[in-house]
Parts: sequence; structure tokens; C-alpha cells
Amino acid sequence: MTAAVIWPYILVMAGVTYLLRMLPLTLLRRKLQSRFLQSFLYYVPYAVLAAMTVPAIFESTGSVLSAAVGFLAAVLLACRGASLQIVAVAACCTVFAAEWLMRLAG
Amino acid sequence: MEPTAKAVCGTEAALQTAFAPKKAPIQNSFRAGFHDGIPIGLGYFSVSITFGMMAAAGGLPVWAALAISMTNVTSAGQFAGLTLIFGGGTLFETALTQLVINLRYTLMGLSLSQKLNRNVSLPDRLLFSFLLTDEVFAVTSGQRGEVGRRYLFGVMIAPYLGWSLGTLCGAVASGLLPDTVRSALSIAIYGMFIAIVAPAAAKSRPVLGVVAAAVALSCAIRYIPALHRHISGGFAIILCTLLAAGAGALLAPIREKTPAADPPPARGEADA
Repeated sequence: MTAAVIWPYILVMAGVTYLLRMLPLTLLRRKLQSRFLQSFLYYVPYAVLAAMTVPAIFESTGSVLSAAVGFLAAVLLACRGASLQIVAVAACCTVFAAEWLMRLAG
Repeated sequence: MEPTAKAVCGTEAALQTAFAPKKAPIQNSFRAGFHDGIPIGLGYFSVSITFGMMAAAGGLPVWAALAISMTNVTSAGQFAGLTLIFGGGTLFETALTQLVINLRYTLMGLSLSQKLNRNVSLPDRLLFSFLLTDEVFAVTSGQRGEVGRRYLFGVMIAPYLGWSLGTLCGAVASGLLPDTVRSALSIAIYGMFIAIVAPAAAKSRPVLGVVAAAVALSCAIRYIPALHRHISGGFAIILCTLLAAGAGALLAPIREKTPAADPPPARGEADA
């Protein structure tokens, strides 16, 4: 990938992200009154992350099976309160072990 | 919030003092800010290693991975950006995706704008906005009373260094790894997303409902050929988010409170 292809993406990403952070901090001084907007913004991160994870996670590794095992490990650990880093590392290790076992099994 | 009322009872008087602009304690120590930023920076370092590795493993040069981290400083948005770059998404899709994923920063900025001391000038605000991540927001809004410019500058340093250096290390190290390890690493980002979503969904039924709706929609768009043909990956995420979060807001509006007093994802976690 060349610089000419990559730079526009970087600039668009950085510009949009910066504007979202900067505009309210510099322009707006009053609290949001709309309960609908407050609720919507509260739910947004969960909806985004869930939609990005499923089903894409099942196509992220060498096989659907290894990804499914990694997915289960991550959900179990996360529900038990493990930290972000622990969950991520555990998912990787599970996938690695699963793919190793699958190669052994042929 | 002017301290004019004279006949207020004890607690009310205390509250008034705590929130009155002139009498509240002002957190304006550079040292305190820097100190608060260190654990965030360490957490960011480990997460951004993964970002650097994924970027390089997908074919981005090291400089590009570093440039993304140094100009964006946001994990979910950057990872989503990678997906779009690798998938050949349009710039419009890229902009819309960032808008939807990072909309929460607008809410945090709204809340924080009312906590900043008057000594925080417009140029200070323009600079600080650049580093307003979930965790920086969490520690800053967690301070008692108003926050001054020295504290803001102190708290920004370690997270920015951690995020940039981690990306550089990850991108450089990626080339040295065998394929089996790279395959395993590519699930890391989703593991982090799950670590943010799953505990919240387990605790709150409305969040669980929103997550289930988003997943169902996302799967429908991916596996129903008629939908998959017409909706690209970037728009699929936007569509799922608008519908699922919109339905959640309509059916289960949150209780009245300061919206961003409860930063949605990954409080205290390393999600830039």
C-alpha cells in the first residue's frame, strides 16, 4: 500500500475524531436535555462493538472453529470480570492452542 | 449555582460550596495530572502493541501505523479504520464509521466542558481535545471541583507516549512473527471488544437487548445475500448501531442523570 492511498484515510479518521472531541469542549457549555439522545449515546458503544465483533470474529482466524473457541473463552472470562488485556491475550492463546490441536489431529 | 441562598440546610450548603465556581477546590497540579496519567499510559502501551501488529500484519507500513496512532489516539475507531483501509472502503464510509464509533467523545466533551476552570483558554481546549480518551475523561471528571490547565497537560503525557510507542513496537515486531502467531493475534481486537461489552450486557438487560439486536442485524446483513450485496461493511456497522441503540433509547431510556458521569465503555480499562 502506498502513501498516496493511506494518507487520505489517516487524515479523514483523525479529522472526524478530533472534531467530535473538540466541538463540544470549545463551543457547548450547557447540558444535553433530551433523554432520548442521552440514552441513545449511552447505548451506542455497546451496539457498535457488538456489531463489529459478530460475525466478523468468526472470520478473523485460520478457521471458524478456532475462532469460535476463542470467542467462547473471551465471553466467559469477560463475564467473570477479567480485564481488557487478560481477555484479549486469553483469546489469542486459546486460538493458538486450538489451531495447534487441529493440526495435530490432521 | 450561585451561593446566594442564605437559609439553606447543611448538606445543601455543602453541595453549593462543592459546585460553586469560585469556592470549589481547583485541581491544577501538573504533578498530580502526570501521576494520574501513568497507569493509563501503561495500559495503552499493551493495547497499542496489538494495534501496531494488526496494522503491519494487514500490510500497512510501520510509519502509517504510527501516524494513525499519533493523530487519532482512539482504539475502537482505529481498529475499525484498519478494517476499512484493508477492505478498500470509501473515505465517506470511513468518516461515517468514525463519527458513529466516536460519538461518545462528544458527550464526554460536553460534560467536561463544564468542569474546566476559567484559566483553561481556547488554545488549551483545542490541544486537550486531541487527547480526550475514555480513561483521560474518567480520571479528569473524577477530580473534585474544577480542573485547571496544568493538570490537563500533566494527564495527557503518559497516555500519548504509551499509545504511540506501543504502536511502534507492535508494528516493528509484527514482521518477526510466524503465521500461526499472527492468526492467533488477529482475534485480540475482538477479545477487547468482548471485554467491554460482555460484562455490561450481563449486568444490564437493556444493554443485553441492544447487543443482541446489533448482533442479529449484523449477522442478517452478513449472511442474507440480498442484504450483503447492497450494504458494505462500513455501512453495516453504522446501520446496526443506529437501529439497535435507537431502539434501546426508545424502549429503555436511561434514568435522568448527567449522561457522561457514567462513561459507557471500559471504565478504567485501556480503551483509548
